[in-house]
Amino acid sequence: MKAFLDSILSGVLLGSLYGLFASGLSLVFGVMRLVNVAHGDFIVLAAFLALAFLHITGIASPFLMLVILIPLMFVLGYLLQRGVLNPALGPDILRPVLITFGLSVIVQNGLQQAFSADSQKLQGGRIETASIPLPDGLAIGTFPLLTLVVAVALIGLLQWILYRTKLGRALRATSDDLSTAGLMGVNTPHLFGIAAGLAMVTVAVAGVFTGIRASFDASAGPAWLIFAFEAVIIGGLGSLWGTLAGGIILGIAQAIGAYLSPAWQMLAGHVVFLIALMFFPRGLFPRRSE
Amino acid sequence: MLLEVSSLNAYYGDFQALFDVSLHAGKGEAVAIIGANGAGKSTLLNAISGNVKTRGAIQFNGEALAGLKPWNIVTRGVTLVPEGRRLFSSLSVEENLLMGAYARKGTDWTLTLVYELFPKLKERARQQVTQLSGGEQQMVAIGRALMSNPSLLMCDELSLGLAPVIVQDIYATLAKVRERGVTLIVVEQNVQQAMKFADRVYCFQEGHVTLEGEAAKLTADQVSAAYFGKRGAA
Repeated sequence: MKAFLDSILSGVLLGSLYGLFASGLSLVFGVMRLVNVAHGDFIVLAAFLALAFLHITGIASPFLMLVILIPLMFVLGYLLQRGVLNPALGPDILRPVLITFGLSVIVQNGLQQAFSADSQKLQGGRIETASIPLPDGLAIGTFPLLTLVVAVALIGLLQWILYRTKLGRALRATSDDLSTAGLMGVNTPHLFGIAAGLAMVTVAVAGVFTGIRASFDASAGPAWLIFAFEAVIIGGLGSLWGTLAGGIILGIAQAIGAYLSPAWQMLAGHVVFLIALMFFPRGLFPRRSE
Repeated sequence: MLLEVSSLNAYYGDFQALFDVSLHAGKGEAVAIIGANGAGKSTLLNAISGNVKTRGAIQFNGEALAGLKPWNIVTRGVTLVPEGRRLFSSLSVEENLLMGAYARKGTDWTLTLVYELFPKLKERARQQVTQLSGGEQQMVAIGRALMSNPSLLMCDELSLGLAPVIVQDIYATLAKVRERGVTLIVVEQNVQQAMKFADRVYCFQEGHVTLEGEAAKLTADQVSAAYFGKRGAA
């Protein structure tokens, strides 16, 4: 029983990381109906950039790299959106998908060229092995707990931006009706750039936390993209809290799978995703107005 | 002259929707555009607000509008109430109104003033717009446009799908908007309503202006000939 509870707990904590992966994907799809196939590769890119900055600056803490990484990724997201993706947006949803697929190939190969195909890891320091004891002999890892707290805080921040600020109102209005938002004075190409930039902020944070949690290499992106997709679809589009819940459900499913047999970890996650897709095709927490 | 459109041609891809249309509106004037379906009335409004490709000149307050993006045109004081209202369906009534103020200059119109004009909307401020009746939705669409502080307000088919008594209400409110110095261009299928409301009327047919004149001086025969008649014959 204790081992089972332990698995569930670690599943919840791992799931919050999936929720973090998924929040950027969900935001971009929600605002501009753009499916970003390169999302996972950008997370890997963020992890490698953190690694490079650690090396260059000589600072030991990967967490501090976020100070550089967050604005950098925001600008990268904005420029990619304005320069590459905006021109492809239109009635045909396949075009932007193909372009992000191309970006995925470019990022993967670029990273392999720059950093080789070796596995890397960000060294988080003592926090990685620290834990907080709970009653009944259970314990909770400090770093996974920090991941959950950061995921909740970041998704809370995005949710606050979306529902409590002028920018968020414009993002939701643009999601409802692009051309009418333009008529009301919203510079929609610029707004799309901002949305992509915000998504890249989640990517920067996800990259650092994933890089500390486990090793990664240049071709890890697509696997992470799958988790992000599954979390978004289980949670339902439209609500970022739903996306976080979707990630946590996926994390718990994987943990229970792994508890039963190590071979079933990934399978259990995919099975739960398929079940959710079959019985709740619009996700567990769909948007009300659609 | 506040708005001066001269020899305007508009295109949807290869299809030409407007042919050498010239039209003007003076400050404080109310102008109606009438014509059958597909005559190019909405195209004209969309062209002025920057949503359709055009050739020709659109001068507003002495400045050329042609080629500007919609979000730049609205900040110059030209706002469209689009056909079919086009409200932001996941936003509340108040959020829709605030979207009108997104990029505005000046503070002529406030939420308080819009609620004074449409008291019903105040009670429903927090509701989702999809829960409103058609008439109330049209009020939101007009209020939203007013929040951008327009000097020229263009309304596309306000009466579409609304009960006659509601249409009366809405035009009565527009008259109040006009008293505040806003110039109005209304596109209207309901010819009587248009003639009653406007100072001047333009009749469109197949992308051409077939009639232009003061509403009070045009005869029913003239309007009917311009509306239905063969082009050139009128």
